[in-house]
Amino acid sequence: MREFLTGNYAAAYGVKLSRVEVVSAYPITPQTSVIEKISEFVEKGELKAKLIRVESEHSAMAAVIGAAFSGARAYTATSAQGLLYMYEMIWWAAGSRLPVVAGIVTRAIAPPWSIWTDHSDFMTLRDAGWAMLFASSAQEVLDMTIQAFKLAKELMLPVAVGWDAFITSHTAEPVEVPPQEQVDYFLGEKKKSPAAVDFENPFAHGALAFPKDYPKFREDIHRTLKAAGEVYSNIERRYYEATGRERYGLVEEVFCEDADAVMFIMGAAAGDAIHAAGELRRKGLHVGVARIRSIRPFPRNEVEKIARRASKVIVFDRSYSLGFGGVLATEVRSVLHEEGVDTPVISVTGGLGGSDLSPEYFEKIFLKGLGV
Amino acid sequence: MLLEFRWHGRGGQGVVTAALLFARAAVNKGLYALAIPFFGAERRGAPVVAFNRISDKVIRMRSSVKRPDFVAVLDPSLLGLVDVAGGLKLGGTLIINGSKETAEEFVEKVGKRVAVVDATGIALELGLKLSGYALANMPMVGAVARVSGVVDLDALRKAVYDVWDGRVADSNWAGVERGFKEVKIFG
Amino acid sequence: MVELPVARPSVGAAGKTGNWRLFKPSIDYRKCIKCLLCWMYCPDGVISLSGKGLPVIDYEYCKGCGICAEECPVKAIEMVKEVEG
Repeated sequence: MREFLTGNYAAAYGVKLSRVEVVSAYPITPQTSVIEKISEFVEKGELKAKLIRVESEHSAMAAVIGAAFSGARAYTATSAQGLLYMYEMIWWAAGSRLPVVAGIVTRAIAPPWSIWTDHSDFMTLRDAGWAMLFASSAQEVLDMTIQAFKLAKELMLPVAVGWDAFITSHTAEPVEVPPQEQVDYFLGEKKKSPAAVDFENPFAHGALAFPKDYPKFREDIHRTLKAAGEVYSNIERRYYEATGRERYGLVEEVFCEDADAVMFIMGAAAGDAIHAAGELRRKGLHVGVARIRSIRPFPRNEVEKIARRASKVIVFDRSYSLGFGGVLATEVRSVLHEEGVDTPVISVTGGLGGSDLSPEYFEKIFLKGLGV
Repeated sequence: MLLEFRWHGRGGQGVVTAALLFARAAVNKGLYALAIPFFGAERRGAPVVAFNRISDKVIRMRSSVKRPDFVAVLDPSLLGLVDVAGGLKLGGTLIINGSKETAEEFVEKVGKRVAVVDATGIALELGLKLSGYALANMPMVGAVARVSGVVDLDALRKAVYDVWDGRVADSNWAGVERGFKEVKIFG
Repeated sequence: MVELPVARPSVGAAGKTGNWRLFKPSIDYRKCIKCLLCWMYCPDGVISLSGKGLPVIDYEYCKGCGICAEECPVKAIEMVKEVEG
């Protein structure tokens, strides 16, 4: 059914269609309307979930961790300061191998206060053992949220789905909402989670691991996430078979095949970059856009392949590793170095704290990249 | 085809609701539409804007609209305060909640096509009021629809009744319809 | 298979902890009133109940902490020094 939804409402629809059993969250702009819509579904009886009100994001994540320990399908959502407050529990969720899903409505980190988008909050998840997907439209927020529950279960790791504050979270657009039976078919029968409490075969979580044991747990998460690209691609294919929605892979390539300059970019602004690339193509300039949809697993093969074909790579970051540079650029450079690809990489950071990224802005970056 | 719209108003006057309703009506016509709210310091009474992009194809741009084809001004008191005609395309139209005199003054000043409708008057007559504000947004949606020619009354009506029901829907619809029928173009 | 960071209960995971003992609890069954307080308080869970409901200590794993003797309301448990060898 075609609905007219904001990104946040699309997330709530994704949660409802995934038959989530426990939701716990603390309100923060711009995440608030995700939980408002979910609570509306719960109140109307359209979603049979327990909504746990908490006093902080730390507790919100703790509550969904507890729910996942009982085997329930659990969801939370937050932004910026809220995610930072949740951070200790973020590591507990991954380390305990719990398949929870969190929506991250990206917002710049304070101080100074900002309610607008950049990806600095989302990027703090990079080293924590979470799978990290990023949407660029309300439609994709809905599709990715549903896919995330399947991915979490198959990896036995938590999954974050990110989308930009306001630009995606509060912009309304037509969204195809798949029928419940298609999503039920896609997600399949709910199986017992291996991490769930089992009274017949008891075990203790939160145990101490001696130095000889500790590394194997980290290595297992590392291996699992590194190989998760194929897992996600299969999930996307099965989602496509069930619902007929588009599939993109870990990177959506637009005009990349014959491009001299390719821009790697993540999030809603990719749409503006694609528009700019289209305009430049009309003027005979060969530019392309590679939209990163997953940070973990990092699309190593795709990045390598795309960069090898191009003569110039531009990496656009909406976040900083302060004192070092663009986060995405660092990862792209690292992959290209390891794979022996010597295409020059230009790192551009912009759009911090919600500053507007127009097609004209991206045209200028492309022209600079091409040396025109 | 890509048409871009900018809505000006004050916090609490329903600028975002207007943009949402207008986009919904466009979707009802089988078009692709975005309603983009610009969120700032959303305090009551502060000047606010919202945007629409409407096309026959999927729109991927999400940045704010800088070169609108149409600009709607919900509150005439903003005319001297905000550069409402800023970036308006050549051949674009300003649609103002105001009188014939306002229109003529504006045509002279900015040299653009100007349309006016007494949206506040219509709202007050229909009892469209909220916390002391006249809800001029409903007649303005009708006026913008008429002037832009993007959506017709059927698509608007369906959008109104999809969002609201009962008496609220009826009075909102009356406002939209009157705005559509009473808007006049100058210049 | 997922490497779950969990600990599963198993007997003697830390070796025969009974070897640590300096004093061993000795139950005088003539005084025992079967109140089960020793069974409940034993931090290592090495006191089980016989068919007649009497507490029985597993000396292979009893560390000799003396909590059972401390808690026994009728002083039926005495801590006796271990004999070497």
